[in-house]
Amino acid sequence: MSVHASWYLTLAALLFTIGAVGLLVRRNVLVMFMCIELMLNAANLTFVTFARALNDIGGQVAVFFVLVVAAAEVVVGLGIIVAIFRRKVGATADDAHLLKG
Amino acid sequence: MSAPAVLAAATIPDAVTFALAAVICVVGALGVVLMRNPVHSALALVMTLFGVAVLFVEQDAQFLAAVQVIVYTGAIVVLFLFVIMLLGVDRRERVLADTFRGQRVVALVLGLMVLAEVVLLARTRWTTGAHSVAGPLDGPGSNVAKLGRSIFTTYLIPFEVTSALLVVAVVGAVVLARRPGLGEPSGEAPDEADGASPVGPGASGPGAEAADAEAADAAGAGTAESTAGAGAAAGAGAAVTR
Amino acid sequence: MIGSAHLAGVVGARLVAASGITIPHIDYTAILPELILLGGMLLLLAAAALSPRPLPTEAYATATVGLATASLVTSLVLWRDVTDRGPLTTVAHSIDVDGFALFFLVTISCILVVAPMLGAGYLRRERISGPEYYVLALISGSGAMFMASANDLVLVFLGLEILSIPLYVLAGLDHRREASGEAAMKYFVLGAFSSAIFVYGIALTYGATGSTNLAEIGAFLARNVVTSDGVLIGGLGLLLVGFAFKVAAVPFHMWTPDVYQGAPTPATGFMAAMAKAGGFAALLRVFVSTFPSLRSSWQPVVFVLAALTLLVGAVVAVVQSDVKRMLSYSSINHAGFVLLGLQAATARGVAGSLYYVFTYGLVVLGSFAVVSLVGGSGEDRHDLARFRGLGRRQPVIATAFAVLLLAQAGAPFTTGFFAKLYVVEAAAAAHSYLLAAIAMGSAAIAAFFYLRVVFLMFSDAGAAAPAGEGATARAVEAARPAGIEPAGAAGGSWVPEPSGAVATMVAPVTRSAAADARSVSSGVVALDVSGEPPVATSPWILAGLGICVAVTVVFGVWPQPLVEFAHQATLLF
Repeated sequence: MSVHASWYLTLAALLFTIGAVGLLVRRNVLVMFMCIELMLNAANLTFVTFARALNDIGGQVAVFFVLVVAAAEVVVGLGIIVAIFRRKVGATADDAHLLKG
Repeated sequence: MSAPAVLAAATIPDAVTFALAAVICVVGALGVVLMRNPVHSALALVMTLFGVAVLFVEQDAQFLAAVQVIVYTGAIVVLFLFVIMLLGVDRRERVLADTFRGQRVVALVLGLMVLAEVVLLARTRWTTGAHSVAGPLDGPGSNVAKLGRSIFTTYLIPFEVTSALLVVAVVGAVVLARRPGLGEPSGEAPDEADGASPVGPGASGPGAEAADAEAADAAGAGTAESTAGAGAAAGAGAAVTR
Repeated sequence: MIGSAHLAGVVGARLVAASGITIPHIDYTAILPELILLGGMLLLLAAAALSPRPLPTEAYATATVGLATASLVTSLVLWRDVTDRGPLTTVAHSIDVDGFALFFLVTISCILVVAPMLGAGYLRRERISGPEYYVLALISGSGAMFMASANDLVLVFLGLEILSIPLYVLAGLDHRREASGEAAMKYFVLGAFSSAIFVYGIALTYGATGSTNLAEIGAFLARNVVTSDGVLIGGLGLLLVGFAFKVAAVPFHMWTPDVYQGAPTPATGFMAAMAKAGGFAALLRVFVSTFPSLRSSWQPVVFVLAALTLLVGAVVAVVQSDVKRMLSYSSINHAGFVLLGLQAATARGVAGSLYYVFTYGLVVLGSFAVVSLVGGSGEDRHDLARFRGLGRRQPVIATAFAVLLLAQAGAPFTTGFFAKLYVVEAAAAAHSYLLAAIAMGSAAIAAFFYLRVVFLMFSDAGAAAPAGEGATARAVEAARPAGIEPAGAAGGSWVPEPSGAVATMVAPVTRSAAADARSVSSGVVALDVSGEPPVATSPWILAGLGICVAVTVVFGVWPQPLVEFAHQATLLF
């Protein structure tokens, strides 16, 4: 008998919180982006946990799709970051000042 | 497994595995947020990803655990590190500056809200007696076979649709990576200018890694569909790079 | 509810001998609009890759308009089928082709018909070559279509991503402006953040109900009374937050002004129209059709969201001096009106929301196209002052803009009037009197800043800017006749033969303006604001603008068909 699902769900919620708060307090775009990955992983862990608890493969399939989305997002996101910062130095969100308001 | 609290029944190895993986996950997550150096953050992220992979194995999601390690740590984190190195690692960030106003307040409120959710989940009364719809997780057959069966039956359309996502990724990466300001605009000149120049040094990174990530996905699924998507995507790349 | 009676007939199964997997039956005609867009997009890319010389941007625009028209026609044919034989669901119940989905398919197709027309001129002016703008627009449109017809939360999520990721790229399309890149980055980070929240919401909903399929979730909730519903409510809340980010509802709107301002202007219009269409399609379907039993939980939250969105959008827009920012806050205000229909959660409310999304899509596309024209080459000057005296310099453009702004303000004889009327009426019918009052108040505030622009355009170029409260009040007074009369006149002359009339009216203007532009815009843009900056129109933009204005006026004068369509769509839900 393995550990009860609640523990997994709590851990996932904790990871999600750390990711969300991290995204809002950090200013480095790359780190903000990593925080998004943390949040997605928390969601994945939740999916897998519920899949086991419900004895349903659907949750695992959803994780599969989230992984694809994460890969596509990373490609475009890092493309945007590279496109911006090739033009100027400094990879912090503070440098994005033109549109401040 | 049904609702009643069965924590007490957890075997020692399982409990220890969970505890270790959980600690690794949380420490890694905190590392991502708290580390000053983005490279350290990325490495901390790897820690969390491995921890989650272990938890996947613990919960009978062997295939996803493998994909997690291959796609996330093999492609995504490498891509992060690549970009960090490309942009330079010695950047200082001003932690006190607020770009989005009232952000800290939002962060705090959000944190509290999710914490409330944690408490809620920890009460172990979340089960609503829902039944399996997409097919059972246990029973005969490997995890991969069951996953594949579900993807090609219940989730066929979502699976097909991911090919559009991969095309977007490649087109997007190539569009963004095109080097600006090559050849000052005069009539139709920019067309030729863009065509003549190969994609810039930074540009090849995301494009190539994108293909990697997708290849990993396609290989993971082991299907013609994804490969077709990736192939189309590659064509897209060629079209836009021209 | 989701047409489950028809499941059995449609889901015929076919055996694949080797694997033993029963592939679900795929009704290709049911997903033809999406297939046309995606297949056409691939052909466009292939054509771009294989053609020996770079094709002009107009060629891609023509192809895109053709594809969108094909998808529009297909959607209308499907609409006839659905009205005859009832809604159908296909591919293992993942796709729902019902009236609701088809209304959005038609809306999205219309947006895709007009958007390339309005984008082509901009792309030529800014010398952005290649098929990317059109390809990304097509993919984004197909994503929105999948969102509208999705019957599975996983597919909703994938549609959301296919809708959003091209929009991030479109926001950063202009390499020459730093603001464009920043807009892309800001949009991306907050968009990905909201996606992560949305996925977590799906995960919790899945855990609570045992499925990601909307029909299954609805059936589960209908069969069972969920006593400890913490996880379900949490999941629902996170789903709502994810959607609220996408449709820019307050307090999740903070990205909107910056992104709308920084993105290339035609892309902004497209973004506003498409993201709202896709977002509201999924939002309405998920909340109204899948979670009606939890209405008492989510209705108050939507109430607060709608009230905040209406008020903040209208009030903050008043103090904006940049037209793009003003329009972005006004788009937030409009989102509030659509939320009004969701909050009512009645057939009338949903029909009102549908009507609103359709009319808003074309109006906002046209508005941003005019802003792009007036902003001129370089895309960095969208000051209100630039519109002073536009009515004298560019009467046609100014009149079109006036019509579109009046439609946004909700003036009679435009679609905006009926859109606002229906949602407010639905809110009142659902006893949300406070919200209806807030909506009307915000419409009154909003009318001020729309009419201010109209007044500026038709005031004398040398007139002093209205300063202080008294002056602004007088400005509104003066603007009222000045604005409405041209609109009425335009309505009168354009109703019989819309596009043709516009084309003939504008032909001479086009030529002279184009000549102007050639002589001036090749140099550095160093024009005095009070001077007369050239407005480089093109037949493409004028045609697109003509369609927007024609639809706005025709369905404003004669709203019955569209109202009927929206109403029927809600019935065949």
